[in-house]
Amino acid sequence: MNMIRTFLITAVVGLLGISAAAASSGGAHKPDKRDWHFSGPFGTYDKDALQRGYQVYETLCSSCHGLEQVSFRNLGQKGGPFHLDSCPAGIPDTVDCANPNQNPVVKALAAQYRFKIVDGPDESGDMYERAALPSDRIPGPFANEVIARLANNNALPPDLSLITKARHYGPDYVYSLLIGYEETPATVDIDAGQYFNPYFSGDMSQALRPEFLDEHGHPLEGVEVPVGGVLAMAPPLFDGMIEYADGSPATVEQYAADVTEFLMWAADPKMEARKSLGVMSLIYLIILAGLLYWSYRKVWSDQH
Amino acid sequence: MSHPSTYKPASGFEKWLDDRLPIVRLAHDSFVDFPTPKNLNYWYTFGGILAIALVIQIITGVILAMHYTPHTSMAFDSVEHIMRDVNYGWLMRYVHSNGASMFFLAVYIHMFRGVYYGSYKEPREVLWMLGVVIYLLMMATAFMGYVLPWGQMSYWGATVITNLFSAIPLIGDDIRALLWGGFSVDNPTLNRFYSLHYLLPFAIAGVVMLHIWALHIPGNANPTGVEVKDVKKDTVPFHPYYTVKDSFAIVLFLILFAAFVFFNPDGLGHPDNYIEANPLATPASIVPEWYYLPFYAILRAITFDIGPISSKLGGVMAMFGSILVLFVLPWLDTSKVRSMRYRPAAKMFFFIFIAACLVLGYLGGKPAEGSYVLYAQIATAYYFSFFLIILPLLGFMETPKPLPRSISESVLKTPKPGGATPAGAQSAPAQ
Repeated sequence: MNMIRTFLITAVVGLLGISAAAASSGGAHKPDKRDWHFSGPFGTYDKDALQRGYQVYETLCSSCHGLEQVSFRNLGQKGGPFHLDSCPAGIPDTVDCANPNQNPVVKALAAQYRFKIVDGPDESGDMYERAALPSDRIPGPFANEVIARLANNNALPPDLSLITKARHYGPDYVYSLLIGYEETPATVDIDAGQYFNPYFSGDMSQALRPEFLDEHGHPLEGVEVPVGGVLAMAPPLFDGMIEYADGSPATVEQYAADVTEFLMWAADPKMEARKSLGVMSLIYLIILAGLLYWSYRKVWSDQH
Repeated sequence: MSHPSTYKPASGFEKWLDDRLPIVRLAHDSFVDFPTPKNLNYWYTFGGILAIALVIQIITGVILAMHYTPHTSMAFDSVEHIMRDVNYGWLMRYVHSNGASMFFLAVYIHMFRGVYYGSYKEPREVLWMLGVVIYLLMMATAFMGYVLPWGQMSYWGATVITNLFSAIPLIGDDIRALLWGGFSVDNPTLNRFYSLHYLLPFAIAGVVMLHIWALHIPGNANPTGVEVKDVKKDTVPFHPYYTVKDSFAIVLFLILFAAFVFFNPDGLGHPDNYIEANPLATPASIVPEWYYLPFYAILRAITFDIGPISSKLGGVMAMFGSILVLFVLPWLDTSKVRSMRYRPAAKMFFFIFIAACLVLGYLGGKPAEGSYVLYAQIATAYYFSFFLIILPLLGFMETPKPLPRSISESVLKTPKPGGATPAGAQSAPAQ
């Protein structure tokens, strides 16, 4: 049918656009595709994984990486890791725990956070430190880029608020990178403070040891340039580093999966609302299309 | 098409208004009782789809502008503020960003439709040229809009494209400085792009009105390319026949649109634009949005100097030329037969032309190296040959198939093309 043909061609051209937009990401292993709780049109965040992921971020990642787009209150909003529909026992009636700013868990997390908020000036004109409130952004580890680079071998640890959106293959990439560190291949020399990872985009041909190069600086025959790159982040996760309260396995894979789920939420906190509105919108549009098609047949029935 | 007005004021007030400002009469004669060929197929619904796309972009854009901050130090964060804190801000922003892609998807189909059915031919040359003006304005608007989130691709895309203007001899550097508002892409650039990004859609809306006006003088072309001979036999009133058909097509289009907005909202974007702009860090590869890729490929296909013309200037000329050539298309196509339905040779070259555009789109997203460059040069050569050699010569050389005598005859003779009539549906809609 004409209409179906038109629609299909339209859709195909649209999809071509996507494949054209997905450019290659350079010399790195393609991350393995994982089946996430949030994958697919009906996927949602696993709230327990989000809570564990926050714990991993707070305990480990936050020593170097900020999360500047996220406020503590976001942790307690609908769909967030610590959202409460109603208050746990023992909280006075006047508190509305569904309100992220009154959520007792979020208040405690903010108050006990490892970094303080620099506020001020006070009446005497001085800046001062105070504990965080739910309304504050999650404070980062470094006051500025210079300090961050001094502390990290001149590398700048990227902010993680949008990391799962800002890389090709998003969460699959973050997960693969975290669990994918390997011994430095024997054919290359890398500087101290640098770590090899096959999922990190780079060009290892520059790091080949001299005995594997010919006089023009090209790799000798049979010498393969390792796929991957080097980064300044040491392998961050080891088995048993963190003990989970819910008894989940204390393994690198579990930590990586949990923190990736948390970072996906941090980058896209409205995903659940978006997908559920999307399902309703599509149902509405498909019914409307059916009614319009029926009207169309009816209106045109006197033309032949 | 021009036709006697059938509007009859229904009330005293309508009569009073009609004597002073016949705006209801205009709307009635243009969109209710307008005689429209009865054989328009679904490819002719994209005009209506584009009108809706423009309205969606303007409404979401005006709302986004209420929450956006056009400053280099705040723009990126203000977009994240829209995504996270503004009620349904994520919806407005995803509809707007995907809406741009949908707009271009529809406009490309609309333009290919125009070429295939020879819609640009006499007496519709001005209608076609106004369409090309709209397309140029759309490209400028979308380009400046893409800069506003101030991500890495925004910044570096703006740098690459504005630098192209410096290839223009004598005044190129001054034009670039004017676009920048300084000596590099910076806050003044962002400010003027924001201002123009808000202004140009209303210019588009104005040219769209001229486009519709120019459409309504000769009336719609149609797939046979045969003009209306007998208004009674060949046409139906726009309403309800085409309002209902266009509405149906619009909703199908919205289904595709919604699938992107709700289930793959970043699929058409580039991940680097979720990294804030950094003038000190160039991305590994700078790629424009998908709808510019064919032109980006043409730009980079010119890797050689032509006499005094440097490869850079040559590329810029080829890129702009690939769009400007559309303005003279009505005079390049020499065939007396309007629709390629009756031009077998032209039809074949047309489908090769579509393939060349898709190949260019693919190559525009690839690095300009190795065999990619050669393929882009071949496709670019075909792109220009199609307009400058094939269409002018073909009009003299090919033998077209016989045309139907009238629209009504073509409708009666051919059964519904592309599919069997369902059983028991003798009264199936005419196509």
